[in-house]
Amino acid sequence: MRVLIKGAGVAGLTLAHELTARGAAVEVAEIARYVGGGASWFAGGMLAPWCESESAPDTVLALGREAADWWHTVLPGHVICKGTLVVAPQRDTGELARFAARTSGCDWLDADDIAALEPDLAGRFRKALHFRHEAHLDPRRAITALYGRLQASGVRFHLGAGPDFPEAGFDHVVDCTGANAIGQAAELRGVRGEMLMLETPDVSLSRPVRLLHPRIPLYVVPRGDGRFMIGATMIESDDAGPVSARSLMELLNAAYTLHPTFGEARVIETGAGVRPAYPDNLPRLSVDGSAIRLNGFYRHGFLLAPSMAKDAATCIVGMQADNGQQSLVRPSLLAPSERNIIPLQIGAGR
Amino acid sequence: MLELYGHVVASRLLLGTARYPSPAILAEAVRASKTDIVTVSLRREMAGSRAGGAFFQLIRTLGVRVLPNTAGCHTVAEAVLTAKMAREVFATDWIKLEVIGNHDTLQPDVFALVEAARILSGEGFKVFPYTTDDLVVAERLMEAGCQVLMPWCAPIGSAMGPVNLPALRSLRAQFPDIPLIVDAGIGRPSHAAIVMEIGYDAVLLNTAVAGAADPAAMAAAFTGAIEAGRIAFRAGMLEPRDMAVPSTPVIGKAVFS
Repeated sequence: MRVLIKGAGVAGLTLAHELTARGAAVEVAEIARYVGGGASWFAGGMLAPWCESESAPDTVLALGREAADWWHTVLPGHVICKGTLVVAPQRDTGELARFAARTSGCDWLDADDIAALEPDLAGRFRKALHFRHEAHLDPRRAITALYGRLQASGVRFHLGAGPDFPEAGFDHVVDCTGANAIGQAAELRGVRGEMLMLETPDVSLSRPVRLLHPRIPLYVVPRGDGRFMIGATMIESDDAGPVSARSLMELLNAAYTLHPTFGEARVIETGAGVRPAYPDNLPRLSVDGSAIRLNGFYRHGFLLAPSMAKDAATCIVGMQADNGQQSLVRPSLLAPSERNIIPLQIGAGR
Repeated sequence: MLELYGHVVASRLLLGTARYPSPAILAEAVRASKTDIVTVSLRREMAGSRAGGAFFQLIRTLGVRVLPNTAGCHTVAEAVLTAKMAREVFATDWIKLEVIGNHDTLQPDVFALVEAARILSGEGFKVFPYTTDDLVVAERLMEAGCQVLMPWCAPIGSAMGPVNLPALRSLRAQFPDIPLIVDAGIGRPSHAAIVMEIGYDAVLLNTAVAGAADPAAMAAAFTGAIEAGRIAFRAGMLEPRDMAVPSTPVIGKAVFS
């Protein structure tokens, strides 16, 4: 079976891996001249389904809890399993209780526990939450490594491929073009995210730290070599223009609140990306006529792509050509909605 | 029936649209609340969107009236400009006017608020000013052309509920015929019921619903509380007393022994 995947972000590459593992001959066409161009490049890389369940439906925890294992198995050495630390400024400690009440899988830490986990934060916070099962990775290193692995296993890449890249000769074409599909994919919208990268040798963190605030919750993810990613805003817009002054100020404020030493750090990068999202902010594998689409990962690309890619690959490999018309081996998958848009948590029978 | 700038609304709950877990949950909450009016912040959700923004499209499909707001504006000029943009985007002359005086607490800058209200009213806008519970500021807003007042009952997002009932009562007594909508500070349905019981016309909420574990269920809870408070106000409530008052006469009661 020959499959063409359009889009070489985290969705396309994880799907390429899962299809290859199921014996398909996979080619990937990417409109940019590099892989991981869209939202994937600006991702935090937090594999944190327990924290995310504060505002996300249970599906995110159900689909996301295997993510760290998947990344670790496919790319050994990339996943750091040290949990997530959640802190709040002194006057907002009520937010911690609220966060703990909405989530599971966390321990309350006191000042000594915090100092033991993150010595550089000693004395800065009296209480914190530790989500012990969570992990993180560097999305850019992971995407680059996955690209290398796929090439080595025979996946052909066509970088800089135009929108009219020939689809003839493929049994299936899967659209994984993320935010580029806004306007084509029904109900898909953009949620703008802005981030910045700081560099300082004077602060050391071993795990992502989330800073709760009633209005602007933000996170700091250590990237190693004294680099820290600060993210990310959530703005209902599909504008990918440069970071705004207000957002930059809020991001810097968060870093400064976490540790004043960040005030002396170098700003080595600012960036903005557009997260593709459906109205329920959950990813979908959709089959609309002969078009297969895997999209809508919102802020959960690295977290939910493995599980979605596995289900999508199983589903695609199970499809058969029937008089030139493609149909599904499991037609019940198409039943839930008249538009043949399948929220996978229903379709996959979880 | 409540009338706002000549427009009759059935629901006495106005719902904000920010900070829901997803647009789908926002839509559920709007349906569950049975609200007629939602507020939408223009400021940040606008920037450079294609096709006017998918989020706005979604708001339009909710089938409710949009009250755009100038959230995040810190100066008169910013607020006036945002109001004009909102008029273009939503084709409405209604504007919820917010001019923030303190970045951290989002306390309104009442001086700039009055100034912006005067300018916007002069240009034909129907201004819904987000203000404090200060009586004199309220008078100035009326002079500036506002025909609706939206005092806070506690700082925005604080969920404290009414912290100064005498001030709210005083506003009600001073402006018996002006629609008064509590905007900001409500945390739970009982808070909303209290301000409705003292005769407020409506309640505007956002965080209390958006931040709930089940926003749609919480929206329904608020709708019930607001309705109960309104009915109670019209039904006439007892005033509290220091002593017990038996509900049946005790003198001359037949005694069986």
